[in-house]
Amino acid sequence: MNELSLYILDLVQNSIEAGATIVKIEIIEDLVNDKFSISVKDNGKGIPKDVITKVTDPFYTTRKTRKVGLGLALASQLAKDCNGKFSVDSSGKGTEVKIELQNSHIDRPPLGNIIDTLLTLIATAPQVDFVYIHKTDKGVFAFDTKKLKDILGEDVPLNLPSVLEFIKRELSDGLSNLFGGANIND
Amino acid sequence: MIKSIQELEQIRKKALEELEFRKQQGEGIRVVVGMATCGIAAGARPVMLKFVEEIQKRNLQNVTVVQTGCIGLCKYEPIVEVYEPNKEKVTYVKMTPEKVSRVVAEHIVNGKPVYEYTIGYEEAKEANK
Repeated sequence: MNELSLYILDLVQNSIEAGATIVKIEIIEDLVNDKFSISVKDNGKGIPKDVITKVTDPFYTTRKTRKVGLGLALASQLAKDCNGKFSVDSSGKGTEVKIELQNSHIDRPPLGNIIDTLLTLIATAPQVDFVYIHKTDKGVFAFDTKKLKDILGEDVPLNLPSVLEFIKRELSDGLSNLFGGANIND
Repeated sequence: MIKSIQELEQIRKKALEELEFRKQQGEGIRVVVGMATCGIAAGARPVMLKFVEEIQKRNLQNVTVVQTGCIGLCKYEPIVEVYEPNKEKVTYVKMTPEKVSRVVAEHIVNGKPVYEYTIGYEEAKEANK
């Protein structure tokens, strides 16, 4: 995968499959300390203790359709390649996966189209509350689907085309503000 | 932000009318996109968003797009399954956003599956190699 936003999409799919109702995605671009951190935290069913040591092994999976499980294995390999750290914490309620990369490392993939990742998630799992927080040295962008749901009410799901279109605009406006007016899709 | 809240209220009103219309139409078409690691790596995200975009563009009220995990045929990803009421499911393989436009136009709107994109066609092609 050549975009960090695809790794994020993959990690959050795990959260959805674990029955999460709230997923918090946090990105911190810390130029001062040369770090790019990603955290995906959910309130899903969690990972049993005896399994957590095996999750980064590509030849371990809980699924029955095939014998390999690549998602977390790929993410931990990415951290290794980019002089970073990888951790999975499932000791409390739910699970938190953290990836910390050396920001300037030549092998660090670009963030890529994070808007498309968020839209895909909201479109396919409208029942989940997604919180997206993106911090840079210039400021913070925060987005929470719960706030939209409060206005839309229970009858109007987030995956209606007109609502998705609205969300897309909110995200592009917010993120381009964060990056000083640049169009991040380019 | 106040402006966007007002806009959202308007969207809500319109959406409620649309949903009422959808209810009257009964069971609709379901488009299922495989979104496990294999699907994502193969390009499921633009495929899924293209479906959403086309459905919006054509204002199709009775179609829903959902995701599923690994279907077990990773080499054929991105995979999309189309379920129509009272019909056999159609499985499309190696999907791209370009292929999506044709599937929406010919299959979803006009009811004729695009055979060249299905798993049956792909497997027959491989068997003849």
